[in-house]
Amino acid sequence: MKWLLNNWDQVFEALGQHIVIVLTSLAIAFAISLIVGIWAARHEGVFRAAIAVTGILYTVPTLAFLALLIPIVGLGRANAIICMVAFSLMIMIRNVAVGIRGVPAEVVDAGRGMGMTGFDVLTRIELPLAAPVIVAGLRIASVTVISVAVVAAYVNAGGLGTLIFNGISNDHAPKIWTGALTACALAVAADLSLARLEHWLRRRAA
Amino acid sequence: MLLIDAWQFIVAHPGRFLNALGTHVALSAAALTLAVAIALPVGIWISGTRRAAMAAITTANIGRTLPSLAVLALVMPVLGTGFAPSLFALTLLAMPPILLNTYTAIQQVEPDVVDAARGMGMTRAEIMRKVELPLAAPVIFAGIRTAAVQVVSGAVLAAYIGGGGLGDFITAGIAMMALPQLLVGAIPATLLSIGTDQLFGWLQRTMIPRGLA
Repeated sequence: MKWLLNNWDQVFEALGQHIVIVLTSLAIAFAISLIVGIWAARHEGVFRAAIAVTGILYTVPTLAFLALLIPIVGLGRANAIICMVAFSLMIMIRNVAVGIRGVPAEVVDAGRGMGMTGFDVLTRIELPLAAPVIVAGLRIASVTVISVAVVAAYVNAGGLGTLIFNGISNDHAPKIWTGALTACALAVAADLSLARLEHWLRRRAA
Repeated sequence: MLLIDAWQFIVAHPGRFLNALGTHVALSAAALTLAVAIALPVGIWISGTRRAAMAAITTANIGRTLPSLAVLALVMPVLGTGFAPSLFALTLLAMPPILLNTYTAIQQVEPDVVDAARGMGMTRAEIMRKVELPLAAPVIFAGIRTAAVQVVSGAVLAAYIGGGGLGDFITAGIAMMALPQLLVGAIPATLLSIGTDQLFGWLQRTMIPRGLA
């Protein structure tokens, strides 16, 4: 506790870096997932292939993934972000596609009957109705990415893991506690706030 | 080229490689076994009680969101380094998916089926053993599969708290920027994780009667 009070600026900086790499990764993963997910919602073959490939990426151990990227992109943030994007794709592509497929066919037909173009149907009917499922995916992905980002400190990406690794190598328990507990708190906060958003979207859609 | 170097490293140090692989598998298998032995009975027990269920589900949901490395790191100042603290942390990490899936799966068994079993004169224990658990098995097994992959992945991180395993090659490889050595850890760890997922997927398909899946 005393360590935390004396070094709050260091903790704050690590937390800031953590949030920045998490948000960057989620934004990239979201953009990719939206495109692939919409495509996969219309074609079963695309869905199966996308899930098979991203499912394998999702199974690779975090530290192994970061390590495998080192010969290709070296150490640093780019490495961490590629890894984090790869880990979120399976969950988010699946939820975008499943969410769109879950939209009742008669609602889509009604939209078409009103003269909407395909793009209008997608942006004004399908995506808004799929939003709760998409946010549910974003929720799991954000928790996963926050967790991966802790490990990513080992490849010099910064973030809360830095405190943990410094603490381990200097055998300095307060630093380990601070880094680990802040990371846990961040994950729980992200999970709860996105759960709220999901709940609100569900109620609005109903 | 790098792959050949990595292969030569294994050939040059077969004992070290097999030792790390053995530790990795032993650590993962022990953690998964312990997690099943604890979380499965607890999941069954809480399915019959509302208050305990709420507390256990909330705890498991929080547990599921915690970063693996954070949990391993938190164990270290308390229990120290080595195999046992790593085993403890990995067991904690493996429990939430098993517990949540067991509870949900039993809750989802149709009340009509349970009523029919009761009408046939089955006791509470018989209903659990002969009706609810078999019907819940696919979902429970899916939880064990998730936990298994998580444990094999998490065991790579155990290297940081002296748990040994394939992560040792990765951490040493990164520290010395020795790329072949890094691959000696990363490639087998990846294959082990994917293999575990495939193995449990296959078990899931073969163990569960066709009518239930």
